[in-house]
Amino acid sequence: MSVLVNKDSKIICQGLTGRQGSFHAEQCLEYGTQIVAGVTPGRGGEQHLGVSVYDTVREAVAETGAAVSMIFVPAPFAADAILAAADGGIELIVCITEGIPVLDMVRVKAVLKDYDCRLIGPNCPGIMTPGECKIGIMPGFIHQPGTVGIISRSGTLTYEAVYQTTTNGLGQTTCIGIGGDPVRGMNFIDCLELFEKDPQTEGIIMVGEIGGTDEEAAARYIQAHVTKPVVAYIAGVTAPPGKRMGHAGAIISGGEGTAEAKYAALEAAGVTTVRSPAELGSAMQELLG
Amino acid sequence: MNLHEYQAKQLFARYGVPVPQGEVASTPAQAAAAADRLGGGLWVVKAQVHAGGRGKAGGIKLARTRDEVRDAAAAMLGSRLTTKQTGAEGLPINQVFVEAGSQIDRELYLSLLVDRGSERIAIMASQDGGMDIEEVAEKTPERILTVSINPAAGLQPYQARQLGYALGLEAGQLKQFIALAQKLYRLFDECDASLLEINPLIVNTDGNLLALDAKINIEDNALFRQPDLQAQRDPSQEDAMERSAAEHDLNYVSLDGNIACMVNGAGLAMATMDLIKLHGGEPANFLDVGGGATPERVAAAFKLILSNPAVKAILVNIFGGIVRCDDIAQGIIQAIREIGVSAPVVVRLEGTNVEQGKALLAESGLDIMAADDLTDGAQKVVAAV
Repeated sequence: MSVLVNKDSKIICQGLTGRQGSFHAEQCLEYGTQIVAGVTPGRGGEQHLGVSVYDTVREAVAETGAAVSMIFVPAPFAADAILAAADGGIELIVCITEGIPVLDMVRVKAVLKDYDCRLIGPNCPGIMTPGECKIGIMPGFIHQPGTVGIISRSGTLTYEAVYQTTTNGLGQTTCIGIGGDPVRGMNFIDCLELFEKDPQTEGIIMVGEIGGTDEEAAARYIQAHVTKPVVAYIAGVTAPPGKRMGHAGAIISGGEGTAEAKYAALEAAGVTTVRSPAELGSAMQELLG
Repeated sequence: MNLHEYQAKQLFARYGVPVPQGEVASTPAQAAAAADRLGGGLWVVKAQVHAGGRGKAGGIKLARTRDEVRDAAAAMLGSRLTTKQTGAEGLPINQVFVEAGSQIDRELYLSLLVDRGSERIAIMASQDGGMDIEEVAEKTPERILTVSINPAAGLQPYQARQLGYALGLEAGQLKQFIALAQKLYRLFDECDASLLEINPLIVNTDGNLLALDAKINIEDNALFRQPDLQAQRDPSQEDAMERSAAEHDLNYVSLDGNIACMVNGAGLAMATMDLIKLHGGEPANFLDVGGGATPERVAAAFKLILSNPAVKAILVNIFGGIVRCDDIAQGIIQAIREIGVSAPVVVRLEGTNVEQGKALLAESGLDIMAADDLTDGAQKVVAAV
């Protein structure tokens, strides 16, 4: 079992013919991911990486029955691509693109309320169910099928958590990179809900960072609804206030969004926290006995 | 990207938001001439720096004669202003804004920002203008009213009225306020602002609303479609190292410590700083070389962190996912040979082709300490200082 995606997921790639899209889609195909179509306006009818390219999402969905889209469209056009996916009938939109203007995302989020679909990202590594499908830019080989669900705002920190749980033999059910932007799709709570319901997921690792109050909201949710063990790490204890730390969403403003406040909320909710990202795997192993 | 007050007020004027008459000046003579053109008997000379708290720091002076205007400008221009938002070294004052003085009846607060919680633009108003709004938010949050705006509808008159009543405005002022709030919303939306703040928004003794101060931040991700605003960037107000990093597509933030770090990925970069601190060291910077850490970027990153004289040791922390560790190792070796790094370097590599990468570093003959994992890397670099 897994959440959201598995070996039967059929995926289209918006921006397949671009440099980033080509490079990463090829790696996904090598992993065994079912990329069944590409979408690039004006390139319909071509074959790329052995995959048929369509002009529109709507056509690609009609021809292939795909329910998932992986987006590598450049930032100026990415908001449009997300909405095209939603309107084309895609159920799960995974937007990897970094650097989308936040006001574009404000409009996107308002429009998405009209559709029954989920968005992961933007500015994220993607989602992966080890051994079944890889949708995004994560290195496939460090993953291993297993029992831990991983949720993270940061790409490379996701890989740390994955690597540690692979090394200690726990493995992962599904890994979701929710992305580092302030206005984004799925949040910690949405993912926690899915992992709580997934029978194969035995424990959940959550990697947060400074900025916003989503980790605090997740802490309240965990206390009320999550019965499985959760291990959390928050990046940015040493980050100075008012400075944006790489990610658009990683900024402490007006005393809100500090790592300390997030740790306090998580600890109050009974979550096992680690102060070093090197201890994510071992802490989970201890909890799962 | 931040705008100066005078740039923000030009933008206000273009959108029809009332501001006092003013002119920007780069010399004391220009400031005096500006005062002549503005006329009247009261002027305000304001240092143009990208920081708040100017008043308390001596960056805002009242002048009652042409000579006082010139003297105030002369004292400010060419000096540095240190406020509670600038850090100890302060920011250079290259321009002053000379403004006609206003007769203030009431001071209010108004701002627009992207509210992460509601995922919308929010507009905030308070009767406590002219004060530190973060202090107001902490001590008397009930004195701040926030309204969030549906992007499909925009700011509606009823919402502006709600804010206007909360500000205790009279009928005539209320009408002015509704128009002003809607203009500001349009400006915020069209210019891709991430923050717009007027503190204070005043009611003058004639009963009219006027934006006495103006602060606008433009979102960096949207600058590609805001060429006119991007052209107004003032590099003199930015940290020299952060600016040079941006030119190389590196994400860099200066910190006060002496252990430099070079990491791929923003989250891991922050975590690396935290680890250094956790093991008793002090990080000198945040540096994300990005997912595609090519030898050229690694070399640029080394040059950048070594230009900080406080640096006593360097920790390189790379999780090679798509990038291969042997490529990264080549980049590190090449960079150290080219630049001649004198500080101790600790390298932690993990991921694709890690064994080949470690072997390359070991065979290079360079003084590089290999770390087995995250913890080992942090401990070794702290010990090396």
